[in-house]
Amino acid sequence: MEEKKDLVEFVLEDSKYLTKLTTKYHRRRKYQPTDLTKLRAFIPGVIQKIYVNPGDEVKKGQPLLVLEAMKMKNDVFSPVNAKIKSILVKPGEVVAKDQVLIEFDLID
Amino acid sequence: MLRKFFDFFFKKKSQVVESEKIAKEKQQKQGKLTPRERIERIVDPGSFHEWDMFVKQASTDLGLDKKFLPRDGVITGTASIMGHPICIYAQDFSVAGGSLGLAHARKITKIMDHAIKLGIPIIGINDSGGARIQEGVNSLAGYGEIFYRNTKASGVVPQISIILGPCAGGAVYSPALTDFVFVVDKISKMFITGPEVIKTVLGEEISMEELGGARVQAEIAGNAHFFAETEEECFEQVKKLVTFIPWNNRKKADPFPPKPPKVSYKISDIIPEDPRQPYDVRDVIKAIVDDSDFFEVMQYFAPNVVIGFARMNGETIGIVANQPLVLAGVLDVDSSDKAARFIRFCDAFNIPLLTLVDIPGYLPGVDQEHAGVIRHGAKILYAYSEATVPKITVIMRKAYGGGYIAMCSRHLGADFVFAWPMAEIAVMGPEGAANIIFKNEIANSPNPEETRRQKVQEYIEKFANPFVAASNGYIDAVIEPDETRKYVLHSLFISRNKEEVNLKKKHGIPPF
Repeated sequence: MEEKKDLVEFVLEDSKYLTKLTTKYHRRRKYQPTDLTKLRAFIPGVIQKIYVNPGDEVKKGQPLLVLEAMKMKNDVFSPVNAKIKSILVKPGEVVAKDQVLIEFDLID
Repeated sequence: MLRKFFDFFFKKKSQVVESEKIAKEKQQKQGKLTPRERIERIVDPGSFHEWDMFVKQASTDLGLDKKFLPRDGVITGTASIMGHPICIYAQDFSVAGGSLGLAHARKITKIMDHAIKLGIPIIGINDSGGARIQEGVNSLAGYGEIFYRNTKASGVVPQISIILGPCAGGAVYSPALTDFVFVVDKISKMFITGPEVIKTVLGEEISMEELGGARVQAEIAGNAHFFAETEEECFEQVKKLVTFIPWNNRKKADPFPPKPPKVSYKISDIIPEDPRQPYDVRDVIKAIVDDSDFFEVMQYFAPNVVIGFARMNGETIGIVANQPLVLAGVLDVDSSDKAARFIRFCDAFNIPLLTLVDIPGYLPGVDQEHAGVIRHGAKILYAYSEATVPKITVIMRKAYGGGYIAMCSRHLGADFVFAWPMAEIAVMGPEGAANIIFKNEIANSPNPEETRRQKVQEYIEKFANPFVAASNGYIDAVIEPDETRKYVLHSLFISRNKEEVNLKKKHGIPPF
């Protein structure tokens, strides 16, 4: 009846089932735990201004840079207490969503 | 004497009708039919009666006074489809891009009000660039008045949207509020913000087709219920749907002459011996329903649950079935959403529900949990519990855990629950259960694999059958698979006069 070649083994609660998968199932993204040592762009946009330099110690909540997106100048705040390890972007640079902007060395 | 009136009338009319030639030229270039052709191909020949042919644009600002916009860009009227009365409108993309001005919107709301008052379905054909910018907030007001009526008419008269061109921005919320959305490959385009905006604002590049084309809407986004390759195929689907559903919520769907299923479909030949082997549940449906004619809804979206209409003894029923062929038939965010809305449609329009159960449980995964599988999964519980139409459930091979409860179990108010002799009704599959219950025995055994195998077997013998549930009265009868049609027919027959009333309330608060 149906073509058997698309069937794959699918395990649910230790039981194995032969079944097909959907396009949407294939497209789902694997979960990545949040990496606190990296600041990523939460939205695509343009870096307007950078307030900090490598080596600076920053406190949680301190503004780091301005990311312009959706016609808004968004202040991006530090999510952690840390020392700036490196800054990977320059003012005027267009950044993609989730692009790493700054790397931190965490301070407890 | 009368002649001069006629001449004037013909002159006015021909001005409007002449414009259809331009429409034909413009639409043809895009591989599309004109609105008039569309209406005429959907409705019974000669049955279309046009309304408001002479309506003009409501605004004279920003140069609109110098424009002749025939019918203000939308044809409206009444007609019949296979003898069923309907109200219909079709937007005309060749008139100012099908843009929606106030007069255009008022023509639509007028025909909608008519449909609501007369208790007949409303069909909208969308082919529009969006709001008419020259008319400003009046255009937005027009949309708002359409949405308001879509909502008020919801569950009162069936509402059908056919997307035959662009349908973007606010405009797409009217189809979203209606019961069934039809799309055609390469013609339908639906989105809230288009590729241009996404590119300028977000820097992401995507084509219109990939963003909101017919396939995407039918398979990925789940906004469309029916997908067709051509407009002609789409119109056949619309006609077929109209014959399956009632005119309004106070009526039942028109019966057809009863027919037995085709002999080529036999349940005992469809179900594989090995419970882990899949089969196409649509073949089981075809073995049960009249003429083996199953009209599937949302065929491409969340195909791990199958929904659609069929007839038994000539009367329309709605079917919800787990599909072991796809993702082993699990429930997840999308399939719960899909099934729940269909159940509510059937309940609102007096269509009995047949549920065919073969479910291993809910789909595990971070993506599912974070997408809100708790609240989406709850929709199906809500929809089944709320439904007061006759509810018939057949547990085929397995019903595990939350999936057992969700799939119209006795506990959610099923009127009839049957199970096949091989049905496993348990909290989980034998392997998972044995691994938990006999964890220590397996771990401490000199031969863990052998012990595991034995324990799984022990569990299968004890619980992997319908008799524990049957001994508690959760199942009314254990039946042979090939007797399913007989039992379902009987259940439908004796529940014909079912009247169940929910507690009085303004409305429930389903986990939308």
